[in-house]
Amino acid sequence: MPSVELSPAASRAVEAALGAGASAAEAYASRDTGREVRVHGGEVESLTAATQTGIGIRAWSGHRVGYAYGTDLSEAGVVALAARAAEMAAVADEDEFAAPPAPAPAEIEALPGLDSPSVAEWDAGRVAELALAVERTALAADPRVVGVETAVYADSTEQVAIASSTGIAAFYEAANCFAYLQALAEGEGSRETGLGFGLARGPEDLDPAAIGAEGAARAVAMIGAGKPASRSCPVVLDPTVAASFAGLIGGALGARAVQRGRSPFAGRLGEEVASTTFALHDDGRDPAGAASAPFDGEGVPRRRTALIEGGALRGYLYDTYTANREGTSSTGSASRSGYRSLPSVSASNLIVAAGDLSTAELLAAAGDGIFVTDVAGLHSGVNPVTGVFSVGASGRAISGGSLAEPIREFTIAGELVAMLRAVTAAGSETRWVPFGGSVQTPPLLVSELSISGT
Amino acid sequence: MTELLDQELAARVLARALANGGRFAEVFAERRGGMTLAIDESRIESVQSGAEEGAGVRVVDGATTYFAHVDGLEPAELERAADEAAAALRAGRTEPTPLTARPVTPVPIAVAPEGVPAARKAELLRELDQRGRGVGEEIAQLTASYAEARRVVTIANSDGLFTGDDRTRTRIGVQTVARRGDKVETGAETLGAHRGFELLEDDPGLIAEQAAQKALTLLDSRPAPSGSMPVVVGGGFGGVLFHEMTGHGLEIDHIHKGASVYVGKLGEQVAQPLLNAYDDGRLPNEWGSDAIDDEGRPTQKTQVIEDGRLVSYLYDHLGAERDGVASTGNGRRESFRHLPIPRMTNTYIAPGESTPEAMIEEVKNGFYAVSFGGGQVDPATGDFVFGVSEGYLIEDGRVTSPCSGATLIGNCLDALAAIDAVGDDFFMKTGICGKGGQKVPVGTGQGHVRVGQMTVGGTAR
Repeated sequence: MPSVELSPAASRAVEAALGAGASAAEAYASRDTGREVRVHGGEVESLTAATQTGIGIRAWSGHRVGYAYGTDLSEAGVVALAARAAEMAAVADEDEFAAPPAPAPAEIEALPGLDSPSVAEWDAGRVAELALAVERTALAADPRVVGVETAVYADSTEQVAIASSTGIAAFYEAANCFAYLQALAEGEGSRETGLGFGLARGPEDLDPAAIGAEGAARAVAMIGAGKPASRSCPVVLDPTVAASFAGLIGGALGARAVQRGRSPFAGRLGEEVASTTFALHDDGRDPAGAASAPFDGEGVPRRRTALIEGGALRGYLYDTYTANREGTSSTGSASRSGYRSLPSVSASNLIVAAGDLSTAELLAAAGDGIFVTDVAGLHSGVNPVTGVFSVGASGRAISGGSLAEPIREFTIAGELVAMLRAVTAAGSETRWVPFGGSVQTPPLLVSELSISGT
Repeated sequence: MTELLDQELAARVLARALANGGRFAEVFAERRGGMTLAIDESRIESVQSGAEEGAGVRVVDGATTYFAHVDGLEPAELERAADEAAAALRAGRTEPTPLTARPVTPVPIAVAPEGVPAARKAELLRELDQRGRGVGEEIAQLTASYAEARRVVTIANSDGLFTGDDRTRTRIGVQTVARRGDKVETGAETLGAHRGFELLEDDPGLIAEQAAQKALTLLDSRPAPSGSMPVVVGGGFGGVLFHEMTGHGLEIDHIHKGASVYVGKLGEQVAQPLLNAYDDGRLPNEWGSDAIDDEGRPTQKTQVIEDGRLVSYLYDHLGAERDGVASTGNGRRESFRHLPIPRMTNTYIAPGESTPEAMIEEVKNGFYAVSFGGGQVDPATGDFVFGVSEGYLIEDGRVTSPCSGATLIGNCLDALAAIDAVGDDFFMKTGICGKGGQKVPVGTGQGHVRVGQMTVGGTAR
């Protein structure tokens, strides 16, 4: 139903839910128009063009809340979904803090620069050429690059409308695009992979040559990798790895986990939880952040929230529900992964403060240790409740303050808060990374982590 | 069988998809619905219901697949998707083969979950909550979830196939947190199947007790050891080891791109002769089973390892076409919004002849990984990791202290060849597998399996 307008559909859904007996209601309608090009061996492997439109309705019956979502935005479809949402509310238990954002938040400040005309202007042939250039660059970078597993360009333009019985009525549009590849290098009897990626609002801001070269360099650097000895030593986390950890920390700072005692940061507000070198904030309005939007998943304005500063825990992230529970205000941190999901508290763009050391100086400061360029198994190797982690890793040895031989098939293990306390230096070169959510971070030097190899 | 689009409309959509050429076209229509709810702090919450429908149309020309998908199943929308998929092609029309309906017997469902009152599902979660909390006062937190999902699909392609399936899956899960002073540990357990509400007739509360017991056991844990040692892997979800270590590397897309350590290994001895392994999409009512795959191909039992020899890869339609073989019914997709890719269904190591007790007794000092939180592999390099959710030390042939925070790490070919005992205590467990941004339900299974040497990554010295 490409012709359906989102805002009127959201308003109709709120009316329909009230008509179905809800005491309060909210509707979130979204349309995501996207495409993806995958190339392999100099040819387009697949070209996907797609639009997905849907609506999710929250209905409150007093302090009970239910949710229903669907793809049918016709009048009859919305009425049926609204009735279903009201039915779902009847199944839930009373929760005195379950309520829509109220009173209606202040005027939502517009956030320019989220859209990109070039996403629509670049036709399929042009974006396919971008993906092909990523692959070509990697193949030409080094004779040991024997192939590219896949090179991908994708973009999406998302339109979001939200309406509620408490007076919220808002809309935004945001574009994002990215390209990445997984390069394959061979040498010394083994095959290695290397990831290169780039993120931007529009395709003109992606640099295919840099993305291809990064994948090639990462793959080639791993040729001949062996296992390091088991020990405790200084570890430098490159930005892709630091971002994954920042994402875990951001998750553990969500008030839902904290209030329910399922976070290593629970009950530690104001306490020293990191070295003074490590600072972290969430910024839902950073123009460069992929997760930026004028308002969150329940229509509350996005903002900047300090999380860790001067080594101390400064705050948590709240949505309306968790804020109600503590008698505080939402930090605009209700996120949704589209119309299918209930809003829940989570980070938007996480930003780790930069330090003043170049990457070379960071390695020199580490002396003898390990430079981790990749981690694997975070979903199973990290306990988000306790913060204890043991994850697979690969990278380079650091010897005498410089990068030495490649290493693989080892784990790094520790505990999140202990790791933050051991961050002794941050690099000056930051990067936006799509792992762990949307994260901007420099490389970090951790004075000691446990390595398990041979 | 519910047909989401009639044969005449399907034929029209396929003809439009091939209007500018291409050797293959397919329309995949789907209606998906479901309900989920959860209990947390002994309160029913996150009650939600979904209803989506739409279709994806693909056209294949040379090495390229063109794909478009739309929401809704209105004829005009389906034809628009076909036009969009065909838009980049420039050749003359290809005539699709006239459609012939092929009947399918879906996996049988005894009690349709959508017919069960929602209040009954809430009651079930309250029972899980009470049973889990009842295991011990140190259980500080319990969350449990219930999910039912039904997918009705209709698939038609330009080779003349017109078929469909009707799939209902039900799953419950429990997570617990145990606390003793400053020590906090977690436990989890799930139960799921390609079945209706009858899945929960026996004793669903048992998984709550198991999840609670896991967390309580870990309260006595010490940090996991580090280093290389023999590892005995538990039955059921221990099969995730084979899923990651071997299953992914046998998916034909990885093979064709040279991005698997199993390239060129067909027919070779990759494991000791005691190892036999299968992918079987027809295991009755199993979590990863379907009557047909998402390309309309009947699912099948495929032996992948026979007496330690690699005997088959896992194929979807395009991969099979390229190799001149038949698809093994492994073309799966998360929804109508995704292209089918080669995926596992239920993957398992067949029962062996050892007993778990004997396997452990033979280990001087090692590690016993009863269950995993999950795993990950890079099929191209063969490097894998598994997070152990329940593990113990083996000392002098005996299981001793529970350990927390262990990860197993290794390389596929080495670890597969190092399997030196397979247990007779076979069972299956459920998992959700992610690949290329698509999640699909998969079963994993095995009896106890021993890996002669593997790296355990923990925090103890």
